[in-house]
Amino acid sequence: MSPASASSGYAKLQSVHGPAPFHGPPAARHPAVVRVTHWITVIAFFGLLVSGVEILISHPRFYWGETGNSLTTPLFQIPIPASRATVPTGYGYVLPDQNGWSRSLHFQAAWAIVLTGLLYTIAGYFTRHFRDNLVPPPEQRSLQAFQQVIASHLRITPPTDGDALSYNVLQRVSYLVVIFILFPLVIWTGLALSPSFASALPSTVNLLGGRQSARTLHFFVSGLLFLFLIIHVAMVIVSGFTARMRAMITGSTTRQETPEPIP
Amino acid sequence: MTPISRRNLIATGLAAGVSGVAAARLATRYGLIPPDSGGIWGAGETLTYAAQRILTTHSLAREFPRNLISKAPFANEVAPMPPAMKEAFQRDWLLTLDGMFARPVSLSLSDLKTLPVRRQVTEVVCEEGWSYIAEWIGTPLVEVLHAAGLLPQARYLVYFSIERDWWDSIDLADALHPQTLLTYAMNDGDLPVPFGGPLRLRVPRQLGYKSVKYITRITAADSLKPFGKGLGSASPEGGYSWYAGI
Repeated sequence: MSPASASSGYAKLQSVHGPAPFHGPPAARHPAVVRVTHWITVIAFFGLLVSGVEILISHPRFYWGETGNSLTTPLFQIPIPASRATVPTGYGYVLPDQNGWSRSLHFQAAWAIVLTGLLYTIAGYFTRHFRDNLVPPPEQRSLQAFQQVIASHLRITPPTDGDALSYNVLQRVSYLVVIFILFPLVIWTGLALSPSFASALPSTVNLLGGRQSARTLHFFVSGLLFLFLIIHVAMVIVSGFTARMRAMITGSTTRQETPEPIP
Repeated sequence: MTPISRRNLIATGLAAGVSGVAAARLATRYGLIPPDSGGIWGAGETLTYAAQRILTTHSLAREFPRNLISKAPFANEVAPMPPAMKEAFQRDWLLTLDGMFARPVSLSLSDLKTLPVRRQVTEVVCEEGWSYIAEWIGTPLVEVLHAAGLLPQARYLVYFSIERDWWDSIDLADALHPQTLLTYAMNDGDLPVPFGGPLRLRVPRQLGYKSVKYITRITAADSLKPFGKGLGSASPEGGYSWYAGI
């Protein structure tokens, strides 16, 4: 075993206890800080999603540049009815206005997710969570490693012991993209929509090409995060819902039924 | 993981409690608590308002070159007005300043126009998501406050529309801000009625709904408790935030 791979959680376990026995005792999986921040993020993200859709319904048109309103040409329009009579939607009716509580929920959940994200990032740095568990180890940093994981996903190969205790390269890369690209982007584009914040730091809006561009980008980045959520939950269900949920709730996991040689 | 001792737990809990109370006292003293800080959304409202007051008390809203003025500005529809209210729009508009002023005064639109003028090209941002840019021309609120002698104990300015269920308030950071404008003209003419004419208070660092149309009265107060339900404006009574700078 190479010293570099010994840093991954599973490899560490293996090097201490020898090859992992199947149906063995529960093995440690996710540390408490990861579990707590994960579930707070789940609740806050759900709040942001619901309230974001509600706010969107009051003006389901998107623009590019600084300004845009019902009298200007949209970049695109979501074909749904609106909660405001002044928006030309083509529908003959108006949905009830839910913006009051939606906006309050959106910003409260935003505070929760940002503060939780800060705690996670700081803890992740000091506990080597990112380096040990998320940055792909050297043996995963190849096109073949990618292809292997994709191929085994396409063949719907049952997850191995290794999969229960450590992340494959596809998981690592998507988690890193979500944590270090999509979340910062969605926070940035959201802050750019705050008139007061933009007055203090005008470049937050200007770099994005204007306020309406920021709003459109906020919508698309939220869409990507939603896409991640769907795939993430689907993979959890496919790979063994009970074991994965137990790992993220209690912190320990059981080994899988199907033995597979460890790469 | 090291086991947590009961003594440590109690000490940590006490420390957290004491620092929480101290933080709340300091926040109140430095005006970081919004009037709608109660209820289930109070935490978010307070965090937002406090953060903005620490970061952006003196910042200026973005101003744009005149060539970016929107060709198609948009105004929400105004509810039909009773005849008596319509008449007020025909006479010289009157703005009354009362409450904590050394010299409470009523100013006509002509009086306002004798005070220093400010022109600024800023964006109106609606909470629904749409926006437009216009040039706004009027008297900085701070000029009027000085003319009427705002008393040092005043902490909020409460402003009322001729439409009785429409009123709002701002703190001193926004009231004394150079861009907070008693607006009577827009682009190249008088302020049109759909955009708030004859007189609208423009607060460009907050969402459009804080810029109340048809202003007739401004009251200086040291507390927002006596007004309406005590939440600072009609907006929180309808479920919206008092502080709309986000």
